[in-house]
Amino acid sequence: MTGPGAPTDLAARPRPPRAGGAWRWARRNLLGSPASVLATVVALAAAAAVLPRALRWLVLDAVWRADYQACRALEHRAACWGMIAEKHRLILFGRYPHESQWRPALATALVVAALLVTAHPRAWRRWLLPLWCGVLAAFLLLMRGGLLGLAPVEPGSWGGLPLTVLLTLVGMTASIPLGVALALGRRSSLPTVRVVATSYIELTRGVPLITVLFVASFVFPLVLPSWMALDALGRTALAITLFQAAYLAEVVRGGLQALPRGQAEAAASLGLSWWSAQRRVVLPQALVLVIPAFVNSLLSTFMDTSLVTVVSMYDLTGALRLALGDPQWRAFFVEAYLFVGAIYLVSCLALSRYSHWLEGRLGRWTRREASGA
Amino acid sequence: MAARQIRSGFDFLRQPAGFDIGEGPVPYGPRDSYLWAFAAGLANTLRVSALGVVLATLLGTVVGVGRLSRNALVRWGCTAYVEVLRNLPLVLLLFGCYLAATELLPEATEPVTLPGGGYLSKGGLQLPHPTWSPGWGAALAGLSLGLAAAWGLSRWARARRAGTGHAPAVRWPGLALALLGPLLGWLAGGAPTALTRPEMGPFGVSGGLSLTPEFLALLGGLTLSAGAAIAEIVRSGLLAVSHGQLEAAQALGLSRRQATRLVLLPQALRLIVPPLTSQFLNLTKNSSLAVAIGYPDVVSIANTAINQNGQALECILVIMAVYLCINLVTAAGMNLYDRRTALVER
Repeated sequence: MTGPGAPTDLAARPRPPRAGGAWRWARRNLLGSPASVLATVVALAAAAAVLPRALRWLVLDAVWRADYQACRALEHRAACWGMIAEKHRLILFGRYPHESQWRPALATALVVAALLVTAHPRAWRRWLLPLWCGVLAAFLLLMRGGLLGLAPVEPGSWGGLPLTVLLTLVGMTASIPLGVALALGRRSSLPTVRVVATSYIELTRGVPLITVLFVASFVFPLVLPSWMALDALGRTALAITLFQAAYLAEVVRGGLQALPRGQAEAAASLGLSWWSAQRRVVLPQALVLVIPAFVNSLLSTFMDTSLVTVVSMYDLTGALRLALGDPQWRAFFVEAYLFVGAIYLVSCLALSRYSHWLEGRLGRWTRREASGA
Repeated sequence: MAARQIRSGFDFLRQPAGFDIGEGPVPYGPRDSYLWAFAAGLANTLRVSALGVVLATLLGTVVGVGRLSRNALVRWGCTAYVEVLRNLPLVLLLFGCYLAATELLPEATEPVTLPGGGYLSKGGLQLPHPTWSPGWGAALAGLSLGLAAAWGLSRWARARRAGTGHAPAVRWPGLALALLGPLLGWLAGGAPTALTRPEMGPFGVSGGLSLTPEFLALLGGLTLSAGAAIAEIVRSGLLAVSHGQLEAAQALGLSRRQATRLVLLPQALRLIVPPLTSQFLNLTKNSSLAVAIGYPDVVSIANTAINQNGQALECILVIMAVYLCINLVTAAGMNLYDRRTALVER
């Protein structure tokens, strides 16, 4: 290789000067224009005024022991985390019997562990289904008791974080089959099926969740035959399922619509019936497409469960209000709200980050498949 | 249902409800009928939703644009706001707002005085408002006349530009018409200036425009949470307009302001408005959480009615009908907008 222009006699040049640097960054991002300088000054002044006080209030001057007298002496000049030290079990577990609270704690930990296992796409195998069935069974067994020497605990006294987790879990898993059926129904060529599915979806999405909860707590007991009678927990879980299914149906429909029509046509020309075409060709591809959106609806279900406080169930938000019912500690509601808000915030932020990450990863995956490898 | 001896049918709507509704634009007493109670509740729902929509749109636009700011601190602050508010349940937020409004504010007997003569305390917010007189009616009539004239002017200008190529000035004359109309009407009506001011009494503040703590908490919670959602919509709409569009506008010699007004906004709005509408509907539906903090919206009224007469099915049907009507009206308006702004394709 000794043609003209062969790169033989080029000496290594020094690398170009770095384009970064803190000062350069600050000039562009903090002092770009007069308005920007003004905004920076105002923001820094506000931070200088607020942050030291916030730090003192939250951490430095705060009382950490469950000592009511010490908390009162503070007169709200600093946080009284003693409120949390005193009430955290009530907030986290509601009115579940005190000596058995390891059971809801273990049950919640099981679900979180199963979620972590499920999170990675490499774990998406067939054994996930029996795993989740097992987790749900173990959850209910731990909560309800009555077997294996565990003292029975009525669902009426379940509460706090485990109840939030349970309602989210049941509402989400039970709404998947219903949501898929509704989505297929809405795209069906049979007019009756299409009209029924479409009106169910639109009606449910048109009303607030609270009306569905009202239907569950006031109307179900009237219209359901006595052998189908559900307790309050079952009715609420059913309401969340029915509500969530309508939203999930639209998510699934998005996936179905994103799939090229050629897939269904190819399946039909191979002689697959409609059912097996959906089951073997269309749904597996469509469902993978909507997994990030699915995680987002998991997130909104998790937050929506807080509505059940309105129909007198004590989920995490409801248990917080239960804890604030104590007139002695009620004055420290800001601390309690910060505590519960932090629980929601951390879980939801983790889920939404995860959904974001998953979107990028699955995007890579589907692109690779599309390029035909 | 007959077997369980439960009354059914909508006859109860005409009977007196027997409870009182503390607030709202529709006056209501215990002797009025259930139907009227639902109307009062609907008025309360619409009042808090309409105000919430306006405030949340303002807040969301500011924060959404702020997330694209060239100043890093502004960007970070807006991002933090959106991330926190989007990841908190609305119910928790509402309870928090309500407790803040009823516990952290000063006692009703020692309210904070706001500039302009308003009072803020545990008893809510009391503001002065113009005393009603026929002069204000004249001002309103002038406003509608001025707006109609401005609209006519813009129609005429557009037709003239299409016909002759000359573009008559519209913006300043139009604005002048819209402002002059109400001013002239107000002057013609005798220029009323009297204000009804809230008065400080021994048991708190009375008179003026009074907003209860429940209303304030609901409005605050709805605005904060919808503001975060709207900020995301605004941001993604602005980002979705391709950079080449702005560069092309620059290459054509448009100024920054012209490029924003003529190139960026029309394209961004087409993307922003549909999700924005569904966000407005969300806010209206979320206002049903009023029942959690005791603001008498249509859902809390229905809840009270159910607890009183047990006609759950009928009351729930009323709520559903109300929300479905709101949805239908909004969807119709939305379709109109869509048809006007749709891309004209070949």
